[in-house]
Amino acid sequence: MADAAVSGTKTVLTTHDGKPLKVSLAKALRREKLRALMLIAPLLLFILLSFIMPIADMLFRSVENGIVAETLPKTVVALKNWDPASGEAPGEDVFAALHDDMKVAVAEKTHTRLGSRLNYDQPGISSLFRKSGRRIGRMKEGDYKQQFLDIDDGWGSVENWTTIKRLSPTITDSYFLASVDAERGADGIERKPENERIYILLFVRTILLSMAITVSCILLGYPIAYLLANLPVRTSNLLMILVLLPFWTSLLVRTSAWKVLLQQQGVINDVLVWIGLIDDAGRLVMINNMTGTIIAMTHILLPFMILPLFSVMKTISPSYVRAAKSMGATDWTTFWRIYFPNTVPGIGAGSILVFILAIGYYITPELVGGTSGVFISNRIAYHISSSLNWGLAAALGTILLVLVLALYWVYDRIVGIDNVKLG
Amino acid sequence: MAGLYCPVCNPKGENYMKLKTILMSTAAAGLMLGGTSVAVNSASHGMAPCEGCTDSLTVVSWGGAYQNSQVKAYSEPYAEATGVKFVWDESSNEAVAKLRAMNEAGNVTWDLVDVVASDAIRLCDEGLAMEIDADNDLADAPDGTKASEDFGDLMVSGCFVPQIVYSTTFGYRTDVADWGGKKPESICDVFDLENFPGKRSLEKRPINNMEWALICDGVAKDEVYDVLATPEGVQKALDKLGTIKDSVVWWSAGAETPQLLADGEVVMGSTYNGRLFSVIEEQKQPVAMLWDAQVFDLDGWIVPAGLPADRLARVKHFLKYATDTQRLADQAKYISYGPARKSSAPLVGKHAELGIDMAPHMPTDPNNAKNTFLYNYEWWADNRDDLDAKFQAWLAQ
Repeated sequence: MADAAVSGTKTVLTTHDGKPLKVSLAKALRREKLRALMLIAPLLLFILLSFIMPIADMLFRSVENGIVAETLPKTVVALKNWDPASGEAPGEDVFAALHDDMKVAVAEKTHTRLGSRLNYDQPGISSLFRKSGRRIGRMKEGDYKQQFLDIDDGWGSVENWTTIKRLSPTITDSYFLASVDAERGADGIERKPENERIYILLFVRTILLSMAITVSCILLGYPIAYLLANLPVRTSNLLMILVLLPFWTSLLVRTSAWKVLLQQQGVINDVLVWIGLIDDAGRLVMINNMTGTIIAMTHILLPFMILPLFSVMKTISPSYVRAAKSMGATDWTTFWRIYFPNTVPGIGAGSILVFILAIGYYITPELVGGTSGVFISNRIAYHISSSLNWGLAAALGTILLVLVLALYWVYDRIVGIDNVKLG
Repeated sequence: MAGLYCPVCNPKGENYMKLKTILMSTAAAGLMLGGTSVAVNSASHGMAPCEGCTDSLTVVSWGGAYQNSQVKAYSEPYAEATGVKFVWDESSNEAVAKLRAMNEAGNVTWDLVDVVASDAIRLCDEGLAMEIDADNDLADAPDGTKASEDFGDLMVSGCFVPQIVYSTTFGYRTDVADWGGKKPESICDVFDLENFPGKRSLEKRPINNMEWALICDGVAKDEVYDVLATPEGVQKALDKLGTIKDSVVWWSAGAETPQLLADGEVVMGSTYNGRLFSVIEEQKQPVAMLWDAQVFDLDGWIVPAGLPADRLARVKHFLKYATDTQRLADQAKYISYGPARKSSAPLVGKHAELGIDMAPHMPTDPNNAKNTFLYNYEWWADNRDDLDAKFQAWLAQ
């Protein structure tokens, strides 16, 4: 090979069967890659089907809004010529189109579904569709506007028609606006009235509480991980079991246990009253508020902090500490300048785990959070399972996902993701 | 006047009064004839054979004592007679969301689902539940009355077969020293921190709380929803709730209030009457029922839309059996909820284990139902999302 390069001739290197070496190599590599791909194919397919696609589908729901144009195709077209600023309900042509669309929709039973969708943006509209659906078969030909108005004068409301017109496009920003406490008013986007703003407050609270939980996990977990890594094996094994035992216990059991401990007639308050630290009237309120959420969630997430910390501490050679001390460092200097910097990757890994788990937690805040300790995930759960407003839930979820990614990016910038070590 | 959504009702729409009258007359009949006819049990056992049916049924319910009452009253005798295998899924709490997901995935695995009336209306609206033809699909009363008439206005949605009438009401502890021997008698005592100090537990949602607040703020019962439809009315209700906000523990699961009452963590709290019955009669806690301004609600079956023919045939066969007059009356032996059929009321007897008369524990009993409030399904279907946003924002402040 060196000979060929030196001589500078144009001889193409070939393998023994006469093919050029480059081609042959590329082929071999391609085969290798293909084999590798085949090996990971089952996992890739599994992740694609069960993880990426559902998430993408859910995220898409936050802007998807085909239902209006699908259910009322003619009405949507007819509405194009109507100007909400006129201050009057649309004319006969729109109502005639509405009548045709409703006839089809009632046969397919999609009119009430549309009603529920519109009701998220305009309270009261769902009964309009329900009522009209029942009477549409009995309508006579001609003067549809009056007939619809006879069913319910809601059909004469400019507001209702504005909502239908505004939600006609197949892509909407209404869910995202709602999830940042805004709406589209007469003159563009405006904030919702004060008594309806909730989501921004909840986003901020979720992040702040998750940070508080992460910090308290570090403070409580660090000494325990240190003990685990440095005690003799027999003692540390026992300690490890104590750390893992609650980890294997049902989440609900642990949360309920905290209720028993923390409530006003609970164990902790009873003890405090009994030893005379507080009097019976002044029992502490430690649950159904922010404190309850922080305490219970710190306890539940603690193992996720201890385990990465422990595995990192285990790899720190004791000779570092001995070397520092032999050179005259005090205990504190040794810890702060030598030991602690070595554990930072573990703190990083633990913090990311705890923070990301905390930000999406829902059952514990629901049970012990009262009103001041609930998270944004509680509202997402409500919209998924009770109000069926999946579009809004998807928008809230998307924002939460973006927030987590943004924080991850900031973290990478400040600490560096290479500095994270799970062991 | 906003009526209930009720396709089988008269078009004039005086459903409220009618529903109330029916509930009351049901209860009265139950009281007069209570325990007279116990031997009807075996009479209606002659079931028609089920042609081309599956031999298993997946039924969704709430779990706990309620599901147990259904197992005892409906599925065990049915399984004995037909050999059908029952699979119970305790998912009623999230039935609406799960059914929608199953429907989108094109694979509905449930055959019969137990839901509250407001969820049934939602499922019917979404096209997720099947319309039911009461007179053909359900059994007539023993005296030949058609099912649609026997259930009457309780069939609040074309997809809904009601089973029971339950109520959300207050329970209070009977041993509170601070009250100086007084006992709460009116719903407004819940808002009276002076005479009845201590914590209360209320449900973490606007429904019922807003109505109670307005009633205690001097709004007449039949004007509650008109007032609540205005922004000022909403504010008025929230302001009234605001007077006790600092003393309220908010619950989201029905089991919480009974536990809080038993622990002495609250002195009074709202929950479903059957839960309070179990605290008072089964666990013998020092708790009593307030009953004043109890809010009636309904619970019943829906059949998911789009079931294959063999499964549908089995569901219909079971549904006809499980909602007949005797079966509904049997359920009241295990739980203190009133049967939804008029003809079942006279058959309500004693509790299966405790042996106490169940009629006085029914929410529809005249002594308990002196002052009741009817939940307006249609109004809440329209305003639930809007009011919930306001209520949650108010809570978070």
